[in-house]
Amino acid sequence: MSNRQLDSLSHSQMLDKIRSEISSGVGKKIAHESAERHVNGEAIYIDDRLEFPNQLHLYPVLSEVAHGLIKHIALQQCSELAGVERVFVAADIPGDPDIGPVLPGDPLLAEDKVEYVGQVIAVVAASSMEIARAGASLVKVEIEALPAILDVKQAHAQQHYVMEPHRHSIGDAQAALSKAPHKLSGELLIGGQEHFYLETQICSTVPTEEGGMLVFASTQHPSEVQKLVAQVIGVPLNKVMVDMRRMGGGFGGKETQAAQPACLAALVSKLTGKPCKMRLSRELDMRMTGKRHPFVVQFEVGFTDQGLLAGLKLDLLADCGYSPDLSGSIVDRAMFHSDNAYYLGNADITGYRCKTHRASNTAYRGFGGPQGMVAIENIMDQIAGALQLDPLQVRKLNYYGIDERNLTHYGQIVTGNLLQEMTQQLEESCEYSARRRQIELFNRQQPIMKKGLALTPVKFGISFTATFLNQAGALVHIYTDGSIHLNHGGTEMGQGLNTKVAQIVAEEFQVDIDNIYVSATNTDKVPNTSPTAASSGADLNGKAAQNAARTIKTRLLEFAAKEYDIAVEKIIFINNHVKLGDRVISFTQLVQQAYFAQVSLSSTGFYRTPKIFYDRDAAFGTPFYYYSFGMACSEVVIDTLTGEYKVLRTDILHDVGDSLNPRIDIGQVEGGFIQGMGWMTTEELVWDDTGKLLTSNPMSYKIPAITDIPNDFRVKLLENRQNPEDTVFHSKAVGEPPFMLAISVWCALKDAVASIGDHKHPLQIDSPATPEAILWAVQEMRKLTEGEQSEH
Amino acid sequence: MIEFLLHNDKVQLQDINPNTTVLQFLREHRQLNGTKEGCASGDCGACTVVIVQLDEQNQLCYKSINACITLISALHGKQLISVEALQQQQLHSVQQAMVDCDGSQCGFCTPGFVMSLFALQKNSSDHQEHEVQQALAGNLCRCTGYRAINRAAEQALKSTVVDHFDPLARDTTQSLIAIRQRPPKDSQTGLNYQQQQSHLPEDLTALAQLLIDYPTARIIAGGTDLAVEITQRAQQFSNLICVQQVSQLQEQQVTDQHIEIGAAVSLHQCQQLLAPYFPDFSQMLERFASLQIRNQGTLGGNIANASPIGDTPPALIALDAKLILRRGANTRELPVQDFFLDYRKTALQPSEFIEKILIPLPEPHTDSDWALKIYKITKRLDDDISAICAANFLRLNNRGEVISIRLAYGGMAAIAKRASKTEQALIGKEWSYANIENALACLSQDFQPLSDFRASSDYRLLVAENLLRKLYLETQHMCPGSSHSAANSTIETRISNYV
Repeated sequence: MSNRQLDSLSHSQMLDKIRSEISSGVGKKIAHESAERHVNGEAIYIDDRLEFPNQLHLYPVLSEVAHGLIKHIALQQCSELAGVERVFVAADIPGDPDIGPVLPGDPLLAEDKVEYVGQVIAVVAASSMEIARAGASLVKVEIEALPAILDVKQAHAQQHYVMEPHRHSIGDAQAALSKAPHKLSGELLIGGQEHFYLETQICSTVPTEEGGMLVFASTQHPSEVQKLVAQVIGVPLNKVMVDMRRMGGGFGGKETQAAQPACLAALVSKLTGKPCKMRLSRELDMRMTGKRHPFVVQFEVGFTDQGLLAGLKLDLLADCGYSPDLSGSIVDRAMFHSDNAYYLGNADITGYRCKTHRASNTAYRGFGGPQGMVAIENIMDQIAGALQLDPLQVRKLNYYGIDERNLTHYGQIVTGNLLQEMTQQLEESCEYSARRRQIELFNRQQPIMKKGLALTPVKFGISFTATFLNQAGALVHIYTDGSIHLNHGGTEMGQGLNTKVAQIVAEEFQVDIDNIYVSATNTDKVPNTSPTAASSGADLNGKAAQNAARTIKTRLLEFAAKEYDIAVEKIIFINNHVKLGDRVISFTQLVQQAYFAQVSLSSTGFYRTPKIFYDRDAAFGTPFYYYSFGMACSEVVIDTLTGEYKVLRTDILHDVGDSLNPRIDIGQVEGGFIQGMGWMTTEELVWDDTGKLLTSNPMSYKIPAITDIPNDFRVKLLENRQNPEDTVFHSKAVGEPPFMLAISVWCALKDAVASIGDHKHPLQIDSPATPEAILWAVQEMRKLTEGEQSEH
Repeated sequence: MIEFLLHNDKVQLQDINPNTTVLQFLREHRQLNGTKEGCASGDCGACTVVIVQLDEQNQLCYKSINACITLISALHGKQLISVEALQQQQLHSVQQAMVDCDGSQCGFCTPGFVMSLFALQKNSSDHQEHEVQQALAGNLCRCTGYRAINRAAEQALKSTVVDHFDPLARDTTQSLIAIRQRPPKDSQTGLNYQQQQSHLPEDLTALAQLLIDYPTARIIAGGTDLAVEITQRAQQFSNLICVQQVSQLQEQQVTDQHIEIGAAVSLHQCQQLLAPYFPDFSQMLERFASLQIRNQGTLGGNIANASPIGDTPPALIALDAKLILRRGANTRELPVQDFFLDYRKTALQPSEFIEKILIPLPEPHTDSDWALKIYKITKRLDDDISAICAANFLRLNNRGEVISIRLAYGGMAAIAKRASKTEQALIGKEWSYANIENALACLSQDFQPLSDFRASSDYRLLVAENLLRKLYLETQHMCPGSSHSAANSTIETRISNYV
């Protein structure tokens, strides 16, 4: 511990120390707090924990039918297998059998009916995973099949919804459309996305006294796991403790859907009295859990000769799968982001939450926002195509204004608008115009290879749109050796949240971050937490931790003022020391003196986001505290004989306000972009006509690999732009917004295909733009071009 | 019994299920939990560990492999290094580079990346950027977007620091030689566990005899496909015959007439061996699978596996390669194109196995010119199974007429096969765009491909046609007297091809 050494410093040495600030505070470029343990293999994930004796392993029995009635479940053969402890079905659940996070509809175990291929019907507990798996294969389920709805448009036609449709309206879209000089309409398909966190869903449980449960879960939402486990096993919440040190990736996939393995393990622990572990194999995880919502977008848009929007009707048909899960908020966020960066004027945007017989689709980085943005970016490209303009020109024309044209379709004024400024900066630094000309030349000379270029913006609203979720808590203890224990309600999934929150506390006390230990997220320490989601982790928990630290700091200041008979304003915490007028003592000395003077060295902290409100019935309000902005320009090349492509260069300029940690923020921007690029290019989910997922492993489902990243990848954070709102150290959220920078790749691919027809023909390519999708678009474009030539 | 070094400790195993993977051994038997399971199918690289073995000159050779689909018997006579062994007092230089460059976020894939980088750093001193990409293309990361990892690789490969493995190299070499030279007890090395056994024959005669004694036993070479049966489909094999120790199957030889490759030569070795002769073949092998798979998977295995989407069969058929098959003391020669009978059905007789592959070297003629062009079409550039693989061999005389053509496709039928009608339409004709266009109609007579999640039937057929057009575009300026086989089968290299 560095303090012991510091305590032995002479006074003059201390004076020397306090000339500089700590090197690990806010804004400093420090590494992820677990980086060393990541690289040496010592970082512990749930499957790496020391195992409890007599632990049971669980394996599920899945439905092979998309929709049907369960007639009979034959368990005997399985029960008789040596090593199998017991098989559990819905009737065994002592408490609430439904684990729907917001609305009911997610049975922990299917009871009378099944609603997707992969739904869990029974769970086998055995002494090893291999035996449990063998046992599961012996369970015979008889199901009477019913007609299944596997197509979102069919569900929409039959009004087969998990929730009621919802509309955002501004102005008179119908009137504006009828007056518009140009009109276009169409339909766009947007694919879903598998989270592919590298650590699959996992949980281990230990039964405790009085019927309680200790739960180690890989979850973004420990409080919800606590609540659902308590309900399933029928005990009050105070008997269940959830502990979460780190996840091997989450991306939204462990917001609600980590609950099922946790509740199953808790159920079996409850009924057997034994510790349990449920780890899903990759194949099980991909079959059982929901994904990003696929969307069908139907649009009708009017525009002027210049390309200015003049009336928009947008129907967003979301494939929610079989249950509501979080689809209410997800489709709302898609609707909130159907403007992306553009002033819509007169618009009707309607979200339909279609029920299909598939796994329940769920939160995924961007939470519907990406689908909404893709819908409007497609329209920007369509308008540009129809008017034969550079799409960037159409985009810039439609940007929200600073003082006018700044009202969104849900009643919020866009403030702190950086769109124009950032576009100009990126356009210059990436040499957009010069490269546009070079690409035109290249495309004229090359018959086979075609290049494309696109610059697209991102404006993303920050806050949970369910306003009550915008709260957080933290707990800080200082021990008598000066070391600090920090705990907060957020969860670490790789995004560097613990590092940032520790930096904030380090900054407040002016002690090195090595002096601060962030312990596992734990429902005993900070209760009633919100999920770590909506990019809000650092905004909310950082503020809560700051408040906790400030409470203790105030006590220390008051104590020191009295003890040293000095004005509070003359006491300065700096670089592990405290300056008391002319005197300097170490932080630890002050802490020890305060302890002996009976000063409390522990505090909770709490934070709620100010200003925001939203009336969903009126579809009006200020749901977002602020907006984050980003810009990306991507250049691609396609092979018109095969549809293969490569991203040649991407330039990104992204706004994170005053960065809490530029190294971590850059990592979020780069990682988000590549994940988004995967969604829009090679990540294709394919089901067969019985509703079975065919791309259920990494052999068939292709996330980006190292050779897929742009050959030239230039990422910059916007400099010297504080968040105008009073966020923690005026930073901005960074988790989700960069994901949508990848729309630039999709638009560049379309640009490359459009070049075949000299940008004279309308073009649409659904997402993901796989090589096959590109080749068909090339064929289509060639046909149009040939048709044109034969007309002349 | 099998014997190997775990880090620097000697391990002897006898009573262990031969279906046990190296990952299970590390995590469940040794509680070494640094190595992670991400997919258990060799597709994500989270379980990457390094195997150290002796090459022909008794030099230590470091190979990254996927622990999740490598069976424990593959460790015999080798050293196994997992992430726990890298750090001494300080982080290893590859680990430090990952920390310095922010190469980890959630950290779950990180030990795998660290081990791939460690193997890369150990293997050579002169690293090209391309080599880094190749070494890491089989490690998936969902968090970082890879740029940070690329920078970490750069830093790690710049440092020429001697690590703690270097001073032990001589001891390690001695230990491995000792294991190899120790006379196997009961004339057999292998494992025995309840009803399950595996054999590790050391030479061809022993292997041939074992296959006669146990005609239903499964041959396992790299096991990169067979082990997936164990991890993904809960198969347990009761009798495995491992061929990696058979020295004759590891032989490589180049004569005036052909290249001879032992059936158990790894795909990575094949890639290096073939590079000077058939750059396109070598480049296709680079994208065949991840380096971890290519280090473990073998040429013989890829052929015997008889997958309709295996990538080496089309290339070997295009080159008119032959197989030497052995049963007991008898051998026979069979062209690769006659080896595949139907979906996953081969001409192998019971107890028969592939001993070696003979690839003829095209004869240089002053009055004709040849080219080999291989195109592998996938959704993702690297580490992806082909939607279509087209391998084309072409020889033109000095009048520009086709005197020999072999167009072999994977992914177009239940087996890898030639487009014979299309070939017929082109043979003897002038190699011209018009003649190609005329011949294209034959392709749909040659093939009626399937639709699946990789590609639709229509796409496969259209791409097959277009690849023939591409073949023409890339060979139209061939000049007699020189071979025209410069590699250009990836999209990036093709960009410059038309400029």
